[in-house]
Amino acid sequence: MTPLASAPGPVIPNFGGGPSSFACERANRLFCSDWVSANWSTVLWPALRQHIVLTLIAVAIGFAISTALALLAYRRRWLERPVLVVTSVLYTIPSLALFELLEPLPGLGLSRTTAEVALVSYTLLILFRNTLTGLREVPDEVRDAAAGMGMGPVQTLVRVELPLALPAIIAGLRIATVTVISLATVAALIDNEGLGVPILTAISNEVFKTELIAAGALAVALALAADGLLVIAQRLLTPWARVAAR
Amino acid sequence: MHNFIQALQFIGRDGQVPGAPPLPTLVHLTLETLKIAALGLGISILIALPVGLWLGHIHRGSFVAINLGNIWRALPSLAVLAIGVAFLGLGLRNVELALVVLAVPPIITNAYVAIDGVERDVVDAARGMGLTGWQILRQVELPLGVPLIFAGMRTAALFVVSTTTIAALTGYSGSLGDIINNETSYHLSGVLGAAICIAVLALAVEFVLAWAQRALTPRGLKVTGSQDVARAIVPVVTESG
Amino acid sequence: MNTTNTAQSEGPESFPQAATLELRHVSKEYPGGRGPAIVDLSLSVGAGEVCVLVGPSGSGKTTALRLINRMIPLTAGDILLGGRSVLDREPTELRREIGYVIQQIGLFPHQTVAENVATVPRLLGWEKPRITARVDELLHLTGLDPDEIGPRYPAQLSGGQRQRVGVARALAADPPLMLMDEPFGAIDPITRGHLQDEFLRLQESVRKTVVFVTHDIDEAIKMGDRIAILREGGRLAQYDTPEKLLTEPADDFVAEFVGADRALKRLGLATLRDIELLVPNGAVPAGRVTRGTTVRDALSQLLAQGGRPLEVIGEQGEVAGIVTLELLGGLLG
Repeated sequence: MTPLASAPGPVIPNFGGGPSSFACERANRLFCSDWVSANWSTVLWPALRQHIVLTLIAVAIGFAISTALALLAYRRRWLERPVLVVTSVLYTIPSLALFELLEPLPGLGLSRTTAEVALVSYTLLILFRNTLTGLREVPDEVRDAAAGMGMGPVQTLVRVELPLALPAIIAGLRIATVTVISLATVAALIDNEGLGVPILTAISNEVFKTELIAAGALAVALALAADGLLVIAQRLLTPWARVAAR
Repeated sequence: MHNFIQALQFIGRDGQVPGAPPLPTLVHLTLETLKIAALGLGISILIALPVGLWLGHIHRGSFVAINLGNIWRALPSLAVLAIGVAFLGLGLRNVELALVVLAVPPIITNAYVAIDGVERDVVDAARGMGLTGWQILRQVELPLGVPLIFAGMRTAALFVVSTTTIAALTGYSGSLGDIINNETSYHLSGVLGAAICIAVLALAVEFVLAWAQRALTPRGLKVTGSQDVARAIVPVVTESG
Repeated sequence: MNTTNTAQSEGPESFPQAATLELRHVSKEYPGGRGPAIVDLSLSVGAGEVCVLVGPSGSGKTTALRLINRMIPLTAGDILLGGRSVLDREPTELRREIGYVIQQIGLFPHQTVAENVATVPRLLGWEKPRITARVDELLHLTGLDPDEIGPRYPAQLSGGQRQRVGVARALAADPPLMLMDEPFGAIDPITRGHLQDEFLRLQESVRKTVVFVTHDIDEAIKMGDRIAILREGGRLAQYDTPEKLLTEPADDFVAEFVGADRALKRLGLATLRDIELLVPNGAVPAGRVTRGTTVRDALSQLLAQGGRPLEVIGEQGEVAGIVTLELLGGLLG
């Protein structure tokens, strides 16, 4: 990435798109709606779409891995500590550093895979801890009753423990998804995909405000939308939690 | 592998590239990064902690406190930084502004939840024994709230360190992120070296804060094991709004 | 004086859905040298009988219960359900044939009442219509309205309602044996009394073999056809009908556990139906009692009224006779 060019005088940046008056852009006002509509399909929408894909893949893989780890740690307590340590370290490494550290590894390089590997690592701590905690918080007497009625361990897990752990799992998914959406902007460095691309482009273009705000706003909107969807999903999947207790 | 060895050599050379004019040393850049992060974190704590603690103590403002936390998480730090730069230009003040914007919400939210969440019975008993509000906060709520309060500060610290390094992408020079932003001058080995330094720095900050938390946690509450580490980094949220 | 146990007179074939249970020299020791939990426990429960395990804490009564459905592994001895050793069966399969009610009930919070009750039938693969019918039947049986309570979640029920659902759930697959571990322990005394009465009524129509654990000797006497008193350390002190326990305690421990007021407790076993009343003698009665009142309660009222006679009212509301302190006192002989 080239650092911000410090130009000697006003430079008319390259805005791309079709011809237009560019008056708004030249003045670098906050938000030029013309630019947005002109560049939606070429710049903003593709970036948004890529961002969504990046996020979905990362969260899906992270969810799969952490659920598997949580189920293992649920049965074998000794696993919990090492998994927590590793995932905590991964979570603590700043995104910029992690992206760069992964890049030279064989098979990775500047690609979507590298970005995904880093993004997945950020989801692991949250998803693992929440899933494990959710499972552990199932009341003992419920487990006892299930065993006493003749449910085997797998049946108890699937029919009783996992459903009851859903609120915690979904809470974890919310945090993980929003975190990934936020971090995926930096992933543009490695992968040249996602909403980070217009943001970084805007920065190097004399800090072009409209593009910056448009992309930034889209990222925030995407995060809020994802969060909202997950909340709805939880309401639908856990009807018993809504019921007022006596 | 080869790359990583070169990276370590780069670190050993304190960030100098052979054949190039003298560059800011790694030590210098690391210290600068720390300074920026510490300043940002310090200001945020000064602003956010009292507010969060007080709101929690009087049990008001939960809507704001909790939702602030939710919205905050959705803000991509890169965007926040860039917008700050866009409006206010480059400069330390503006980077710090962005850092404060990013660090304040988790501190407030966690401080609020920590104090608000102290068992009512305990507070009740304290009041019944004749402690004033201020004494309750200081002697009862605060000590009991240490784990969550620190969780918020550690989360904020993590964000601040991360964002400081990203600041280089927006053109602010003076942190380890500069090296990563400038691959042409530093080459891959330099970038990797800087990345390693950043990672180590972040882990070190985390370590120090964890130690501080352990030192400040009242003995009766001490939780041993990595549960503590992980829980403080990201408190387990099991209820969704 | 207790209602005779028809199971014992009519034999197990009359209660196809009730199995015999036999514990043979059952012992349980926990590894780590905490001492034995159960030592050489042998007893047998007839089909359709209610056997109550009672004792102080540390007497191993809950342990004994959980050995039966193999929630805890046996150290020594054998347990035979319907003549077959429980060790021959696969634990999960065994448990589907045993109704299990625990103190905190353990209803599944994420399922409706109807779904909770249907748990074991579903595990056994019953067809849907049969399950629905059975759930309705059981909710009726336990005094709950299926249309009103069926779709509700456990969080929406009162403690007493939850207990009933717990019992309904245990009965769902019509198991030949029911294990109940202090099922009414967490309920207030008034509701507990109601639930006990209802369970006894239920038992009269449904007639299961039941092993019931409690620490409350009064509950044991009320609920049990036969009572097994366990002492600390898990040894059987006495296994007898309530009547025998009260009149012939085997040793000092049993006598003390049963209570110094065991003579009075005995009187609680009989009602005014079981004794011959006196003809009214013209004295103004101090109050009225029904024929269903226990002798003990009648005695209590007599004492409260200063010893004046009480009028006894029969089923149709007619005066059936009177009782006096002298009459009831004479029964203690």
